[in-house]
Amino acid sequence: MIEVKNIKKSFDGVEILKGISTTFEKGKTNLIIGQSGSGKTVFLKSLLGLFTPEEGAIIFDGRDYNSLSTKEKRELRTEIGMVFQGSALFDSMTVSENVMFPLRMFANQPLSEMQDRVDFVLKRVDLIDAHHKFPAETSGGMQKRVAIARAIVMNPKYLFCDEPNSGLDPKTAIVIDNLIQEITDEYNITTVVNTHDMNSVMEIGEKIVFLKNGVKAWEGTNKEIFKTDNKAVTDFVYSSDLFKKVREVYLKELEEES
Amino acid sequence: MIYLENIGRYFLMLKSVFSKMTKWSMLRNLIFKEIDDLIIGSMGIVCFISFFVGGVVAIQTALNINNPLIPKYLVGFATRQSVILEFAPTFISIIMAGKVGSFITSSIGTMRVTEQIDALEVMGVNSLNYLVFPKIVALSLYPFVITIAMFLGILGGWLASIYGGFSTSADFIQGLQIEFIPFHVTYAFIKTFLFSFVLATIPSFYGYYMKGGALEVGKASTTSFVWTSVVIILINYLITQLLLT
Ligand SMILES: Nc1ncnc2c1ncn2[C@@H]1O[C@H](COP(=O)(O)OP(=O)(O)O)[C@@H](O)[C@H]1O
Ligand SMILES: [Mg+2]
Repeated sequence: MIEVKNIKKSFDGVEILKGISTTFEKGKTNLIIGQSGSGKTVFLKSLLGLFTPEEGAIIFDGRDYNSLSTKEKRELRTEIGMVFQGSALFDSMTVSENVMFPLRMFANQPLSEMQDRVDFVLKRVDLIDAHHKFPAETSGGMQKRVAIARAIVMNPKYLFCDEPNSGLDPKTAIVIDNLIQEITDEYNITTVVNTHDMNSVMEIGEKIVFLKNGVKAWEGTNKEIFKTDNKAVTDFVYSSDLFKKVREVYLKELEEES
Repeated sequence: MIYLENIGRYFLMLKSVFSKMTKWSMLRNLIFKEIDDLIIGSMGIVCFISFFVGGVVAIQTALNINNPLIPKYLVGFATRQSVILEFAPTFISIIMAGKVGSFITSSIGTMRVTEQIDALEVMGVNSLNYLVFPKIVALSLYPFVITIAMFLGILGGWLASIYGGFSTSADFIQGLQIEFIPFHVTYAFIKTFLFSFVLATIPSFYGYYMKGGALEVGKASTTSFVWTSVVIILINYLITQLLLT
């Protein structure tokens, strides 16, 4: 579980995060949604310590990040897996070298064990014959899978994904979403996913935090998001006619049930 | 103001570069890769330029000697002095600021904009040590490059003098040996060593702290070249003032 308390972050005097508090539960896929530019990436990177918030606390299962020593912070980092928006694979390394990288850095295992672990996670993300390809030689969907494999290779307790399905076709996007949710369930990790994709919200949104202009404008589940009459949420979620219709149908079904 | 801030950030960067070392087994591979990219990869251009500029220095000196009272060995002497004192250490370093410097800035800058540096940090890797330290170590071999540049520069001068009919081999070689001050070579290598550190760290600084996208990577490379050259020229001046006067 990750508790976030009143996080504030500014750049050059402009406040981007204006005091955000929430909790992300273990074994759940927690979504952060919001328009492009609403501060999702800054929020995620502040949780990871890539940005230092001016105020607030982030507590990883009772460990307050700010009060940890440098060494403890580093240990905590090895419990974190992150999938970056552009995958952030090392382009000078092959797919399997990318996935093996954290192991070679931090695990004291013989090479054969590392190789087995790499094979295992690559298989888990359904990549079997890409080991020796370089990232530039693979498709966007494959790069995302490699990034997920690299993020989970150290058995993380926390998994962060920044717009994991941006730039993917709708079918691949759903596959990636489901993969993230399955992994979360399977290994019982705390997963936080940034997205502006409403499909993801419907598919995997067990908990949703809606950001608008640097504040948390709403939070709830993907069931609740249909029912809310919070104007900011409905403006964002039902900005397309398709989702307006989906909502009508869904609400009608609910009425009929009750 | 911004200059002062950058200087401060540069020294803070150096501090991080030398703290929390990356695992040696990883570092070793990175160092070999950097030697290949930065040192071996620069040999061709350095050899080519040294040889021909050495030749030009000899020809120019010969053409400017009209007075019969000036000894014939002067062509060799002047070639040796200019190649060892300035041409090889300083001029080649400016070329390297363009070649190696922009390569370093753009490769680190690309890692910055594609979040590869963030990925390293999230894993708990000291990204500055991982990226910059191997470059510093690899470029500590840079004095060897300069030795070769000195040798080829003088060879170029010698060949140009003989085949151009500006000097005889004996005169040229007499010029090379006359009034030889070993300290000049020491001076040249002290400079070279400092330049190698500048060549590794200033371009890294501009790549590591860049912001933006692909366009900014190009701009950062240009800025990095300008400042690397400026610093090399300033250090050259200071060292010359300190050591030779
Ligand atoms: N490193 C930075 N320096 C200055 N401003 C930034 C930086 N990163 C993000 N911002 C600003 O913060 C705001 C939120 O950005 P971001 O978190 O990337 O939005 P998104 O929700 O699309 O991920 C934007 O206005 C952006 O310009
Ligand atoms: Mg973003």
